[in-house]
Amino acid sequence: MDSQQKHSIEMKGISIEFPGVKALTDVDFKIGSGTIHALIGANGAGKSTLMKVLGGVYNHYMGTITFDGTAVNIKTPRDSIKLGVAVVYQEVDTALIPYLSIAENIMLDALVNDMGHRQFVNWKGIRAAAKEYLKRVNLDLDIRTLVQDVSLADKQRILVARALAGNSRFLILDEPTAPLSQTETDELFELMRDLAQNQNVGIIFISHRLPEIFEICDTVTILRDGEKVAEKPISEFTQKDIVEHMLGRKFDETYPKTAVDIGSTLFEIKNLSEANGAIHDVNLAVRAGEIVGVTGLVGAGKTELCKTIFGALRIGSGDIILNGNPLKINSPHTAVKQGLALVPEERRKEGVLVEEPVYINLTVASLNNFSNRFDFVNTTSERVAAKKIINELGIRTPSENQKVAFLSGGNQQKVAVGKWLIADADVYIFDEPTKGVDVGAKHDIFELIGQLASDGKGIIYASSEIPEIMGISDRTYVMYDRTIVKELETTETTEEEILFYSAGGQ
Amino acid sequence: MSATTSETSKARKKSIGAIALDFFGKWGTLLTIAFLLVFFSIKMPPFKSMANMETIFRSISIVTVVAIGITISLTVDGFDLSVGSVVTFADTLVISMFVWYEFGTVLGIFLAIFISLSVAVINSFLIVKLKIFDLLATLAVMFIFEGVALTYTGGGSISQGMPRLDGTPTFGRIPDAFRLIGQSPYIIILMLVIVATVHIFLNYTKHGRYLYMVGGNREAARLSGIPVDRYRTIAYFLSAFFASIGGIMLGARIGSSQVNAGAGFLMPAVAAAFIGYSVAGVKKPNAIGTLVGAVLVGVLENGLIMLSVPYYSLNIVKGLVLAIALAVTYYSKD
Repeated sequence: MDSQQKHSIEMKGISIEFPGVKALTDVDFKIGSGTIHALIGANGAGKSTLMKVLGGVYNHYMGTITFDGTAVNIKTPRDSIKLGVAVVYQEVDTALIPYLSIAENIMLDALVNDMGHRQFVNWKGIRAAAKEYLKRVNLDLDIRTLVQDVSLADKQRILVARALAGNSRFLILDEPTAPLSQTETDELFELMRDLAQNQNVGIIFISHRLPEIFEICDTVTILRDGEKVAEKPISEFTQKDIVEHMLGRKFDETYPKTAVDIGSTLFEIKNLSEANGAIHDVNLAVRAGEIVGVTGLVGAGKTELCKTIFGALRIGSGDIILNGNPLKINSPHTAVKQGLALVPEERRKEGVLVEEPVYINLTVASLNNFSNRFDFVNTTSERVAAKKIINELGIRTPSENQKVAFLSGGNQQKVAVGKWLIADADVYIFDEPTKGVDVGAKHDIFELIGQLASDGKGIIYASSEIPEIMGISDRTYVMYDRTIVKELETTETTEEEILFYSAGGQ
Repeated sequence: MSATTSETSKARKKSIGAIALDFFGKWGTLLTIAFLLVFFSIKMPPFKSMANMETIFRSISIVTVVAIGITISLTVDGFDLSVGSVVTFADTLVISMFVWYEFGTVLGIFLAIFISLSVAVINSFLIVKLKIFDLLATLAVMFIFEGVALTYTGGGSISQGMPRLDGTPTFGRIPDAFRLIGQSPYIIILMLVIVATVHIFLNYTKHGRYLYMVGGNREAARLSGIPVDRYRTIAYFLSAFFASIGGIMLGARIGSSQVNAGAGFLMPAVAAAFIGYSVAGVKKPNAIGTLVGAVLVGVLENGLIMLSVPYYSLNIVKGLVLAIALAVTYYSKD
């Protein structure tokens, strides 16, 4: 083993294009053994694309990659593994086999690829080796334990051990701390330091959390819109610098924000926690006619907050109050009955019934209004109402009988919103309503939300697109680590400030 | 002008295979029935007599009613394998009400159906509350109630005048009004009324709409405010309800309760419900389609018997029909 020899991988002038998108433009990136290098950027900046190039997932990039100064060819995952690059993805469970032991999982590559013509497994050798690697990641567990019985933090270590077993010199950790508790994070950092300082491993650390980057990393590379915008030792950065570099982009989208007289408090949640801790101790208030933004990075708990308010996740504790009356919400059914509406993030999975026609989708949340006292549905009045909504929202469809599956993403989204317009709720919750929606439809949706606000409804608008939040909201709550950490008046704040709090800045 | 015509004809030519496949997917079942009717009529002239047509309808009436129950369980994307046991259970109960306990017609039928619904209580508890995969939960319940029915009778059959297994003599009579239910045309009328009612229920009421939505996308239905668990439970109750009516019809027809008499209805009923998926291109479980599916199975069975195919070989054919129905359903699903 070349345990003390210094190695380095250098990526130079990396560019890659996908149909219609230039994902990376002329990016340089360098990592040496024994160092911890942070790779950061906003969503869609190109972090994972760059790491996938290094991991051999894409083969149509331009630019060169050198290993210790000699040019190498990385075109397949195998090429990358041979050079000693290993990736620990965020979803650890996809890489582990739950009903096999820790030893088998660590030695998976050896069991699969190094068997040659042998038909019998050398269990003694496997166990001894697995024990050795487990010690190197400082994990004190019986190697015969099944992987399904260990904690998530331990699973990450098992994956690191597997990487070491494959002779990895470079480790890519993709947002490893997102699902960890504070103690587990501290322990992971200890391991990362040990690997870098004593075992000569080079680590690329991807994270959205600024304090962590300052705690653990030596060097920081910042990407923005597929380009490298900065690379410096961490000591030369402040949290504010990093946010500015990440953001940098011009604010050129327009938001049709209508001026609305904001009334008194309509909707309030107090100390709300989800039963399994998906969110905790959230306080929030919405006044009539007010658009309240909820922002935060991916994984901060926005979707979970929306779903908990709506009863789609189980409420652990806390109060939800509408017009001064506490609501009893234990399912979306009860939430809808009491005047709440949710436009969910996963439109095709959760928002529309793709196999059903447009009109059936539009009336699903308010079918009672279209049924007589014997519960027979009056399809004529249903179609009239559907046509009205189709016109009002400009849903592009040949008729109200078209299957929703055949509509574009933006029009599907309008259907998902439209059903709540017919249902006439008091509080509308939007979860990333512009995701995968084109510019024109986006504009329509913003106008629609403005219209709802001027009708005196309360709007909760959850999005990780900060410019959108800046453009549409009156007031903004910032989420970090499953709770709201800051409340900001939108007119008095900046994108920088929002991002600062989103990344856990204090 | 001529250029455009030739272009359109070209486009038509290209997709002619697809059109044919689409056409057969929609109307294949009806075409098959028509073909079988013609084929059997030529082979066996008595086949096309009015009397034989009535026989076919009488013979499929119980299968159809049971299949309607399965159809409703399919609307919520569930599946109820326990219907065969419910048929046996309801048959046993209703005959025992008359022979053992000497109840009147209406009370006897009411009690038999009511007690049979206990199967639905268990099914929906296992599937909706404990979240057991529907096929496995109802498989377990199928065995449980096969055993319950046998235990209730002491492992034997019940018929008028026959003493109970412990030797107690019985004096109850099976009412004539009850026997009428099992006879043509009443049994056929009952079946048609049930098919029509369920068709209206599924297509024109709010509840039918909800059942389909729950089956189409459970999460989207839930987030639209539909009480998903309640509708899944309703589906299993209706499924058991129609299976128990099937059991009543069986009891009325044979005038006795036989060991495991309902088991044979499961397979053709499943076949009928799945054949029904594709009829007329509905592409979802539906009552009329299920009736058509049952007719197909009935015509095939009747014709084959007339052609002197031995009864013990019929299962081969029925199994093949089910396999083909499933193939058509799942192949056209994607």
